Amino acid sequence: MNDVIIADQLTKKFGSFTAVDHISFQVKQGEIFGFLGANGAGKTTAMRMLCGLSKPTSGTGLVAGFDIAHQQEQVKKSIGYMSQKFALYEDLKVWENIRLYAGIYGVPEKEIAPRTDEMLSSIDFLSEKNTLVKSLPLGWKQKLAFSISIFHRPQIVFLDEPTSGVDPVVRRQFWELIYQSADQGITVFVTTHYLDEAEYCHRVSIMVDGKIAALDTPAELKKQSGTGSIEDVFHQLTRGATRKAD
Amino acid sequence: MRQFWIFTKKEFYHILRDRWTMMILIVLPVVMLILFGYAITTEIRNAHFVVYDPSRDVATQGIVNKLETSEYFIFDGYVNSPQEAEKIFQRGDIGMFIIFGENFYSNMLHTGNAQVRIVTDGSDPNTAQTLTLYAQNLMSSYQQDVFKTEGVPFQIQSDIRLLYNPTMKGLYNTVPGVMGMLIMLVCAMMTSVSIVREKEKGNMEILLVSPMKPISIILAKVVPFFMISLMNFATIIFIATVIMGVPVNGSWFLMIVVSLLFIFVSLALGILISTLVKKQMVAMLASAMGLMLPAVLLSGLVFPVSSMPVALQWIAQILPVKWYIEAMRSIMIMGVGFYEIAMQMGVLLLMAVVLLALSLRNFKIRLD
Repeated sequence: MNDVIIADQLTKKFGSFTAVDHISFQVKQGEIFGFLGANGAGKTTAMRMLCGLSKPTSGTGLVAGFDIAHQQEQVKKSIGYMSQKFALYEDLKVWENIRLYAGIYGVPEKEIAPRTDEMLSSIDFLSEKNTLVKSLPLGWKQKLAFSISIFHRPQIVFLDEPTSGVDPVVRRQFWELIYQSADQGITVFVTTHYLDEAEYCHRVSIMVDGKIAALDTPAELKKQSGTGSIEDVFHQLTRGATRKAD
Repeated sequence: MRQFWIFTKKEFYHILRDRWTMMILIVLPVVMLILFGYAITTEIRNAHFVVYDPSRDVATQGIVNKLETSEYFIFDGYVNSPQEAEKIFQRGDIGMFIIFGENFYSNMLHTGNAQVRIVTDGSDPNTAQTLTLYAQNLMSSYQQDVFKTEGVPFQIQSDIRLLYNPTMKGLYNTVPGVMGMLIMLVCAMMTSVSIVREKEKGNMEILLVSPMKPISIILAKVVPFFMISLMNFATIIFIATVIMGVPVNGSWFLMIVVSLLFIFVSLALGILISTLVKKQMVAMLASAMGLMLPAVLLSGLVFPVSSMPVALQWIAQILPVKWYIEAMRSIMIMGVGFYEIAMQMGVLLLMAVVLLALSLRNFKIRLD
């Protein structure tokens, strides 16, 4: 298995403030990588750098084999992205949203229609193809947003707190989708503030004050700290944090 | 390129599916033309007046008659002294009073020194000026009638002549004004709101992570509004020329070029606003208060710029819409050519370049 994300001493400074402080890690293909941290710990900044939205001050990062500082265009083509404030257009129909993003990501014209049907039927959603997105329940929108974010078959998908605001049942279903895509070989890089969700990840990193304070499998993290849940591990690590949430 | 067209198509869905947007596009041009053309007219009709006339001869009768039968004035009767006229005037019952000198008719014929005073309310300078001009026009036309029928050569000729707009038809001012406001509304306000909406709803973030180039996003956003403003332009010109009968004396080509220039300026303003604010509401207020309101008040649509305080006249100079209205007016009414409006076109071009440069620079900065 090869590493699809490699961060090496990745650093981002805003003036004298170091948002991300020399972080290094690797993520393997097909892995579900949890990226945890309190608000203001530097999660979002790190993720923005990996997505090619923000240039690192120092250090290097490779995403899908491309340098995030100089090959942002290739990086962008190789990844999918979904955020907590999701990106579906409410006044467009389900298929129109799919069509739009497929076009933006350059999915070949002929493949769009069959793949749309295939994708919708895999999430039991074919009947809603012509529904306006605004009339869908929140949980459905988020599942749809995720399916769209991997529609162009990226190597890696970045999920920024994808499940915030949805009920536990839908969260469970959402994670099933994540597992399915990981099985297909798509690497999942996910931030979350639901600590129980961290248990679903293959490996978890916890950021404190811009640095990675711990990185391992959930089981190993719990064992090392001698606690019963990721939540305990998280609180143990973040207790010493100096940064206030922003 | 394909990304661009797909995105543009999506913008059209947004527009076509929003009832209010459609209203603005179809109904607003018509409503505004009618409102400004007929209802909120700067033209004056039915102004009441009284007359103090010690002469009571053929000429004064004739003039009063002429005024009375015009559509602008209503004659409220004679008064016994100028003081009485002034009292009525102060009560606000009338808009104008006229004082004739003694022996008006014979003076007019023999000495060429017939005296008449037109008194209007200077606290409303625009109305006052308009009424005076109407009255003077009617008087000199009476004079000409007299001399023509009696075969006497002209002795006095009034030096008042209203160029280009002899009856001061409000529509000549209204059409360029409404056009300017609508283009501002569509290109600046609606464009900025639509870009800011992407930011507010979090879509911009996704788009920036996508391989789509920021410049394509902006262009795709702008294209539909560009087309809509062309449609509005066509609608207004159609209603104005075909239905309302406002002639276009100048070159159509020049009119279209000037309008395109102004559309570019407005689009650049819209993009600039969208780079500065984060909320749709703010974008809307900024364009309404910062662009539309000054456009209505200071552009000369309602009040002539020349009768404003000097400070406001200066502010008016930086409004693109003021230059646009000036240029359009000159083309439509006076039929001038390129050289006469080169100044206005130059200013608009400069504004377009500066604003586009500013907004593109701002847009880049915001990306990182």
